[in-house]
Amino acid sequence: MQESDQREQHPERRERSGAASGGPEQDPPTTARDAAAQGAAGTAAHPTPEQVVAGLRATSEGPDLVELLSPEGVFTPHPDYPLEVTAELLQGLYRDMVLVRRFDREGNALQRQGQLSLWAPLLGQEAAQIGAGRALRPTDMAFPSYREHGVAWCRGIDPAQLLGIFRGTDQCGWDPAATRFNGYAIVIGNQVLNAVGYAMGQRLDGAVGGAGNSASAAGAGADGPDGADGPEGVDGSEATIAFFGDGATSQGDVHEAMVFGAVFDAPVVFYCQNNQWAISEPVEKQSRVPLYRRAHGYGFPGVRVDGNDVLACLAVTRWALQECRSGNGPVMIEAFTYRMDAHTTSDDPTRYRLADEEEAWKLLDPIERVRVHLTREGLADAAFFERVAQDADELAAHFRAACYALDSPGPDRLFSHVYSGEHEQTRRQHAEQIGYLASFQEPAESGR
Amino acid sequence: MELDSSVLIMGEDVGRLGGVFRVTEGLQKDFGENRVIDTPLAESGIIGTAVGLAMRGYRPVTEIQFDGFVFPGFDQIISQVAKVTYRSQGAFSMPMVIRIPFGGGIGAVEHHSESPESLFCHIAGLRVVACSTPQDAYDMLREAIACDDPVVFFEPKRRYWEKGPVDIGTPPQGSTFSSVVRRPGTDVTVVTYGPSVAVALAAAEAAATEGRSLEVIDLRTLSPLDLDPVLESVRRTGRAVVVTEAPRESSISADVAARITEEAFYSLAAPVQRVAGYDVPYPPSKAEHHYLPDLDKVLDAVDRTYAF
Repeated sequence: MQESDQREQHPERRERSGAASGGPEQDPPTTARDAAAQGAAGTAAHPTPEQVVAGLRATSEGPDLVELLSPEGVFTPHPDYPLEVTAELLQGLYRDMVLVRRFDREGNALQRQGQLSLWAPLLGQEAAQIGAGRALRPTDMAFPSYREHGVAWCRGIDPAQLLGIFRGTDQCGWDPAATRFNGYAIVIGNQVLNAVGYAMGQRLDGAVGGAGNSASAAGAGADGPDGADGPEGVDGSEATIAFFGDGATSQGDVHEAMVFGAVFDAPVVFYCQNNQWAISEPVEKQSRVPLYRRAHGYGFPGVRVDGNDVLACLAVTRWALQECRSGNGPVMIEAFTYRMDAHTTSDDPTRYRLADEEEAWKLLDPIERVRVHLTREGLADAAFFERVAQDADELAAHFRAACYALDSPGPDRLFSHVYSGEHEQTRRQHAEQIGYLASFQEPAESGR
Repeated sequence: MELDSSVLIMGEDVGRLGGVFRVTEGLQKDFGENRVIDTPLAESGIIGTAVGLAMRGYRPVTEIQFDGFVFPGFDQIISQVAKVTYRSQGAFSMPMVIRIPFGGGIGAVEHHSESPESLFCHIAGLRVVACSTPQDAYDMLREAIACDDPVVFFEPKRRYWEKGPVDIGTPPQGSTFSSVVRRPGTDVTVVTYGPSVAVALAAAEAAATEGRSLEVIDLRTLSPLDLDPVLESVRRTGRAVVVTEAPRESSISADVAARITEEAFYSLAAPVQRVAGYDVPYPPSKAEHHYLPDLDKVLDAVDRTYAF
């Protein structure tokens, strides 16, 4: 996001035909699994053989993804990540994903209409975010990057509160302490260290390894009415989750965070959403090994999960958080997914990736596979899907109306909470600004 | 640390070793490894995790081993530490202290003798202070730890070996984050802080033998600058000299000189003079005596205010 803010929308959208890119021909992936296996390297503008090898190393080496719900909507339990799958759970997750996608699309539209200066779309990453978000307990703490709209939704934050950052009326539209969802972090990787520090505090507080923690608790948390995980502080134990992308794994802060997390046994889940692209740079520009395997170098487990499978994301994150709460953290999760849209609304992915790559990933859509499963298993009827669609429309309308209604902050916002206490310089400059503005007022009893 | 269990110390070598300057000596023995934390060798890690700890309700006192090593943690300081309170509109405060031994004069190798304080003063959201006496080191550090804002706390490393009485029983009157007159005088106002306070006092002593009375003011707080005592003094003396080890361009000395000109112009008998480090990288230690402000450079500047 940092760089793209200044980047102008490229006026000419490049031809997407193969002729425009030249270079050796390569067979497009014929199945969704092939596409996932090839990842970024498979179809990006005709990479060299070396790049293909690097890409395959970065994306495909190692065991398969943890997957519970196939792209075809077939559910298969996983022995290591148990999950009690009920119609209620599935419906809740489906609804979450549909609603989040709906307001995310609205965010794009609002930017195009000039209502937002920027939007960072999450399209394609709904499962990775809802799965992780629903695995959190209210007492857990989350440190997002800037694309975690779905996690925010799971934390009970009104999506309209996300708009302030992108409309320029605020820098954090929610209470990060009360919601236990920190403000969006825009500098890549900063928040991962902050999350580890918070988790170190949880350990110092004795909020780890509380009574009642056991392996059997994993995956057995009672689901709330909307699919949220168990009751608040059931055993007094907490965990922290840090969200970051594949590009962030190259940042020194993420490395340092993993070092600190490991040596202080911090109850932190490092949740990397590998969406294959750090703006225009594919994963092979970040790593020669699959990202989840980096965890082993720090001395804690790394798990790669199908990031388009909401059940797998939920089960694995729930397990990882419970590992942390019981004192066995940290854990790294790589949610292997795909950014279906641009990096931000200032970005133009047609300049760096081909349409067939996006088409292949469409077959792995996180929402469709749940819909297929619900339908095939008779777990939801047409009325349910209609109701969800209606809820989504209502949310979008609310989102849009709230966007229009956001007030620009007044001059006091400049000076409010720069410091928590009295600060002479800010006080004087605030007075100066008030005096300046007052100079435009007509005197009440002007003789002129 | 006895009074407030939320106070933590964290940094490289602060525990078993007691810090490379032994400032935290014995504390880990008394307070344990969870309160006095030996961290991995990673400045961004120290600062960045302290941010999270502060959000959690702790008051981390971080130690950066030497001034030149703060820069790997600079991103966290400027991007997070300074802005968390503003971004969250007070939902999170950032009660953190970043202790930095600073300045030259100890014959150290590269990166161990720098004066980066102006870089921090330019960042809103931080408070920046520098102590110059043993008593202030104690009182100001206590105030820094009690402060709900992040405080960058500069300790003049060449004064670590100076000894002096410290009264730990009497709380200071008012805030120690304020300018203080170290030596009253009538002819020239000498404004300084940290390691240069002793230099200015020596210069004042020497000037007195020549019949000139220098008033030495220790700024103590570099952001925000407490310039009212300085302006009051300049209005009496009509002459001002600013003394600092830091490079001159875009510095605290520039700010002090500009503010005196803005607010006390008609009291001035001469332009404000500056004695500062040169705008060069910190030199090899065998050449640092050419770089550092010394007694004669201060007296030369005083002479310039009379020669105008």
